[in-house]
Amino acid sequence: MKLIKNGKFVEQDFVAVGADDALPDGAVIVPLERWEAERDSLITRNTPIGVKLESGQHPERIREDLDHFSVVALDFPIYRNGRAYSYARLLRDRYGYEGEVRAVGNVLQDQFYFMVRCGFDALEVQDKITPEVFEQSVGAFTYAYQPAADDRPTVMSLRHRLAARADEARAAAD
Amino acid sequence: MYRYDEFDHSLVKERVEQFRGQVARRLDGDITEDEFKPIRLMNGLYLQLHAYMLRVAVPYGTLSSKQLRKLADIARKYDRGYGHFTTRQNLQYNWPALKDVPAILDELASVEMHCIQTSGNCIRNVTSDQYAGAAKDEVEDPRIISEVIRQWSTFHPEFSFLPRKFKIAVSGTEADRAAIKVHDIGIQIVTNDKGEVGYQVYVGGGLGRTPMIGKKIGDFVPKADLLAYLEAVMRVYNMNGRRDNLYKSRIKILVHEIGAEEMQRQVEEEFAEIRKTGALNLPQDEIDRIKAYFADPAFEDLSDDAAELDAAIAADKGFAHWVKNNTAAHKKPGYAIVNISLKPIGGTPGDCSADQMDAVAALAEKYSFDELRVTHEQNLTLAHVRKADLKAVYDALKAADLATANVNLITDQIACPGLDYCNLANARSIPIAQEISNRFADIERQHDIGELKINTSGCINACGHHHVGHIGILGVDKKGVEYYQVTLGGSADENTAIGDILGPAFTEQEIPDAIEKIVKIYLDTRQDGERFIDTYRRVGIQPFKENVYEAH
Repeated sequence: MKLIKNGKFVEQDFVAVGADDALPDGAVIVPLERWEAERDSLITRNTPIGVKLESGQHPERIREDLDHFSVVALDFPIYRNGRAYSYARLLRDRYGYEGEVRAVGNVLQDQFYFMVRCGFDALEVQDKITPEVFEQSVGAFTYAYQPAADDRPTVMSLRHRLAARADEARAAAD
Repeated sequence: MYRYDEFDHSLVKERVEQFRGQVARRLDGDITEDEFKPIRLMNGLYLQLHAYMLRVAVPYGTLSSKQLRKLADIARKYDRGYGHFTTRQNLQYNWPALKDVPAILDELASVEMHCIQTSGNCIRNVTSDQYAGAAKDEVEDPRIISEVIRQWSTFHPEFSFLPRKFKIAVSGTEADRAAIKVHDIGIQIVTNDKGEVGYQVYVGGGLGRTPMIGKKIGDFVPKADLLAYLEAVMRVYNMNGRRDNLYKSRIKILVHEIGAEEMQRQVEEEFAEIRKTGALNLPQDEIDRIKAYFADPAFEDLSDDAAELDAAIAADKGFAHWVKNNTAAHKKPGYAIVNISLKPIGGTPGDCSADQMDAVAALAEKYSFDELRVTHEQNLTLAHVRKADLKAVYDALKAADLATANVNLITDQIACPGLDYCNLANARSIPIAQEISNRFADIERQHDIGELKINTSGCINACGHHHVGHIGILGVDKKGVEYYQVTLGGSADENTAIGDILGPAFTEQEIPDAIEKIVKIYLDTRQDGERFIDTYRRVGIQPFKENVYEAH
C-alpha cells in the first residue's frame, strides 16, 4: 500500500487497528464501533486519532465528534460500491470537516479523479501506482460540468465568465 | 439542436484519449479482461455472446443529418453495414473489433457524439419525447432540461458508482411518449396555477424482474431547483440503495422497501440542505442559453389544407395507409410529424442499414430542418415535414424499404436482442417478433386491428419492455427449451400499467396462434372505437384466459 496525500506520495503516518487489536503508541485509525465504545479513553491518549467508516456507516454518527479526528477513513469494500463518495461530500460540504478524508480499500486508478472531486485528500493506493499514473488519472479532465467538494469552477460558470468578457470587449469597442 | 462549445469538445476528446490508453493497456496484456471490464463498461463497450458491442449515446434521441451519416460511415467501415436503434434511443454496433474502438470514438467525437455513460452503474442517457418541439400540447420543449441534465450528470463524481444503472426520462406533454413512469426518475413538465413552468418528479419506476410504476414525490419543483432536487434523490439512493443483491439494487426497490412517503421525506430533507448552499441553483440565463439551441426552426406560414396531398392520398392506397398511420399532427399549420418504421414485415426491430441511415439523413436534411429523432419504440421520426412534401418523403422512404405503414400497429413491436446476441438471454426474441410480424403482415388487417403494442424480452431483465406491452412476451428457459410467457394489459403511456400474466407459457411454435386467438377475442369483444388496451381495461383478463387455452 502507498499513501498519497494532497498529490504527494508520503509515508504511512497512522496505524489502522482492528476491533480487538492492542493499541500501539502514536497515531491510530480505529473502527467506528471502537470509537463509540472507547471514546473517552481514546480522547485522553493525546495522540492524533482517526476513525474508519465502513460502507453503510453514515457519517452522521460521527458528526458531533469531528473535532476529535485528524483523519476520517472511508472504506471502499469494492470499487463498485460508491457510497463513500456521498459520505465524503457530506463531511466536506455539510459538516464542514477540514481534516483529512482518506479513501481506503479497493481504491483503483480509474476512480482517483472522482474521489478527489468529492473531497478525498488522501488515497491509500496499490503499490503499482506511480506519481505519473496518479497525475494522469486525477488530471483526466480539464473541465467539470457540476459543482462538487473541490473548488473547480463549473463549465457553467466558465461559460458565463467568457460571455461577460465578450460583453465587456464589445462595450469597450463601442 | 444543441451544439458543443470548447468545453464539451474538451471533455469528449479527453475521454477518447483516456480510453485509447486503456485499450492499449488491454491489447498489450498489461491488464486482464477482468480489470478491463469496469473501464470498458464506462465507455459503452459490452462483451456479448459472439463479439464486443458498442453503444453510442444519442442524447434525448436527437440526431443531425451529419451525425446519422457518420453513424452510417462507421457501420460500413468498422461493423457489418448496419446498426441497431435501442429502447434508450441509442444506437448499437454489434460487431466492432476492440482495436478499432478508439478510432470509432474519434470519429464520433468529430460529430459531437460519444459512448459516455451508455453502460455501467451511472446516470444513463436521458430520454425524451420524439415529438419534442413539434407536439401541439407541449408545455415546454423537454430537450432543454434534458440537455441540462446531460451536462450535470456527465462524469458526476459522486454518482458514477451507484448501486445500479439509473435512467431518467422527461416529457413535456401530458400524452406520455417517453414512458416516464417506468424510469428511475420520470420528469413531467407542468404549469402551476400561477402560470410558472416547473416539474413533477416520479421516482422508483422500472421494469426488469420487479416491475414498478414510479411514485410522484415532487409535485412542483421550480425550474431553478431541478438539479438540486435531482442531486437530493441521487444522494439518498447512493447512500441507501441496496448493494447486497444485484436484483434489488435499483431505486424502485428502495422506494418499495421504505415507502414513497419516507422516500419523499428523505429527499425533501436532503433537497433543503443542498438548496441552502445555492451551488446547484440553475440561473434563468443558463436555461435561456440552452433554450436558444432548441428554438423553433424557420417554419413557413402555411395553410393547413393541402389539396395536392388529398389528391395523392386518393390516388395511392399505400400512401394513404402511411399518412393515416405514420404521420401525426404538428403544432404548425401545414406541417406534419413523420414516423419512420424500423419494423419491416419479418425484419429485426430497430435494425437499420448504413444505406437506410444515409437515406433518412438526406430526407431530414431536405425536408425536416436537418435533424431527426430516435424513438424509444425503436423507430425514427422526422419532426417537421411540410404536408406538401409528404409524398416525396414517402416515395424516398419506400425506395429505401422504410415506408412500412405500421407505426403503433401489431407489427410495430419492441424486441430485445435476445439469445441471438445477448449473453444474459434465456430465449430468442427477434425470431418471435419476426414470426408474429409475418403472421400479421396484411396491412389492411393490421389497420382493422388498430393500435396494439407487442413487446418481447428474451429474459426477465425486460430489455424488450414486455411488462408494458399491450401484449407482452417473455422468453423463459425450461430445461433447455425456450418457452414464452404472455402478459396482457401493460402500457407505458400516461396510464402506465404492468401487464397481467395470461396463464401457462407457450412454445415458440404455439406463440403466433396464441397471439392470433388473443386478437380474435379482442375483435369479437370490442365496442365502437375501442383500442385493444381499452377493451382489455373494460373486460379484464378473464375472457382471454377462458378462450386462449380452449383447444389445449
